Amino acid sequence: MNEMNEARKPPVATTGIIGWLRINLFFNWTNSLITLFVIYCLYQFIPWILDWTIFSADFKYNYLGEQITNQEMCSRNLDPENGGACWAVIYVRFYQFIYGFYPKVEVWRVNVAYVMLTLALLPLLYANLPYRKYFLYFTYIFPVIAYFLLNGGLGFTEVSTNKWGGLLVTLVLGCTGIALAFPIGIMLALGRRSKLPVISMMCTLFIEFIRGVPLITLLFFGMVMLPLFLPEGIDMDGLVRVLVAVTLFQSAYMAEVIRGGLQAIPPGQYEAAKSLGMSYWRMNLLIILPQAIRISIPPIVNTSIGLFKDTTLVIIVGILDLLGIGRGTLADTNWLGLSYEIYFFVSLVFFIFTFGMSRYSLYLEKKLKTGINMGAD
Amino acid sequence: MSEESIISLKNVNKWFGDFHVLQDVNLEVKKKERIVVCGPSGSGKSTMIRCINRLEEHQEGSIVVDGIELTGNLKNIDNVRKEVGMVFQQFNLFPHLSVKENITLAPIWVKKMPKAEAEELAMRQLEIVKIPEQANKYPGQLSGGQQQRVAIARSLAMNPNIMLFDEPTSALDPEMIKEVLDVMVDLANGGMTMIVVTHEMGFAKTVADRMVFMDEGKIVEEASPDKFFNNPESDRTKLFLSQILHQ
Repeated sequence: MNEMNEARKPPVATTGIIGWLRINLFFNWTNSLITLFVIYCLYQFIPWILDWTIFSADFKYNYLGEQITNQEMCSRNLDPENGGACWAVIYVRFYQFIYGFYPKVEVWRVNVAYVMLTLALLPLLYANLPYRKYFLYFTYIFPVIAYFLLNGGLGFTEVSTNKWGGLLVTLVLGCTGIALAFPIGIMLALGRRSKLPVISMMCTLFIEFIRGVPLITLLFFGMVMLPLFLPEGIDMDGLVRVLVAVTLFQSAYMAEVIRGGLQAIPPGQYEAAKSLGMSYWRMNLLIILPQAIRISIPPIVNTSIGLFKDTTLVIIVGILDLLGIGRGTLADTNWLGLSYEIYFFVSLVFFIFTFGMSRYSLYLEKKLKTGINMGAD
Repeated sequence: MSEESIISLKNVNKWFGDFHVLQDVNLEVKKKERIVVCGPSGSGKSTMIRCINRLEEHQEGSIVVDGIELTGNLKNIDNVRKEVGMVFQQFNLFPHLSVKENITLAPIWVKKMPKAEAEELAMRQLEIVKIPEQANKYPGQLSGGQQQRVAIARSLAMNPNIMLFDEPTSALDPEMIKEVLDVMVDLANGGMTMIVVTHEMGFAKTVADRMVFMDEGKIVEEASPDKFFNNPESDRTKLFLSQILHQ
């Protein structure tokens, strides 16, 4: 009788690691076979990739102990049977990958900008950061500081943007594009839903036009046609022209993403805000947008990641971003044939940034989920 | 009579597309008067009270609230909305804000009240609706009845002269209706001018100064509760009452 009253424990084989294995990997015959097959594939692949990328790879010296200065000295070119990846090409060209052709004397400015970018991102990443408010002020003025720091002016020697390259260009394009497109996209989305016909028509036209045109076309448009619209004597910097194109492109997509979020807000929210005497802007800023943006976080991050990768297209108009530098290196006779290493490295750098963005989006979703219940009751 | 009217609707007409939803509606509401509006669904009762704070636009006739005529003039609309509080069937709390923030938002941003003062006000309003302990929860964590009481507190925090209730208990489970009605009775006893669209006839009998019965976009009958329930004039009213009281 006593045993009856004790809480019964679940059967041993359904809990813990063994239970998990049984349920997920060895549930039945086919399931077990697939599991074994996948384990076999991983067993074949993982040692090979580790060996190629790390254990047999050259980082600075080849297997003879010589410092590598061109592709012929790579172990895998000296002894095709044994050599792994030849990372020396990244080591030798590292400066270009990170800074492009930025003058070496001035490169500390780029480093300072990189550090400041990290500081500017901190308050966005950590909600509990001490003195977060002051960090946020810094985040707002960072773009201005970065502009003078990188470009010159205010006592800094000017460094023409055609000397910029590599990761620097990728980050400048990606960050500026994403940061500017967000507010513009919000305005466009609100505009498209506006009751004022002229505003709504203009926003719709803009969005549809920009969205209907490939980014490459917009880049050419920025390069070739934008100067025609400017008054004579004013020369627009090449990178700025590309930035304008990238920002316009991204704003149109951002606008549609945010419009999707806006449509999900029940009309009762507008009515409640209006009945409390809120003006159009207050209602949108305090009630509607915070909810709409929350709903739209996954697609917002999705388009942002898309843009970050699409910045590689600027190679078409002669700007050398990270991938551009990689391709330039490949064209150098000294490093001919090292495409595995270079593309692997470029992919890895892009992956680190985009994966970071994707994790950030998950974190935001979790953080903002508190008490949200979008239903009527 | 119109001298002391705080709300005055004269020959109000409104159409949704071709559907004539309000047909020559005339209604005068005096200060501190409690009006209960009832009628079958689709009779235009919600539309009528939504016209009073311009959530809906009327197309003909005039609506004057506390001396301000509702026209396309945005400033007038804002001023009327500051005078008139509204409680909705679906509560319409802001789900991304805590209960306290729901209440303080409009006082802080519309009335420019200092934050500390607004929070004190919010707590007072929550005492009135008897849920001060829920101040830091989010709407999604409350029951329907609690949400509706927060919605009432949110409206009251703007210190309105008039309160509109659009079927405030229709979305509630039966056992929660009473807690909301109790708050509304307190409010009525406190001298608030109220227009309540509801099918809660018990509430109407205790609280209403006047009953308004609408059908097919028209006001069919206006009478004191006593006359309305015991001796209604129109056949339509009799039919409606027999359906809702003896179902």
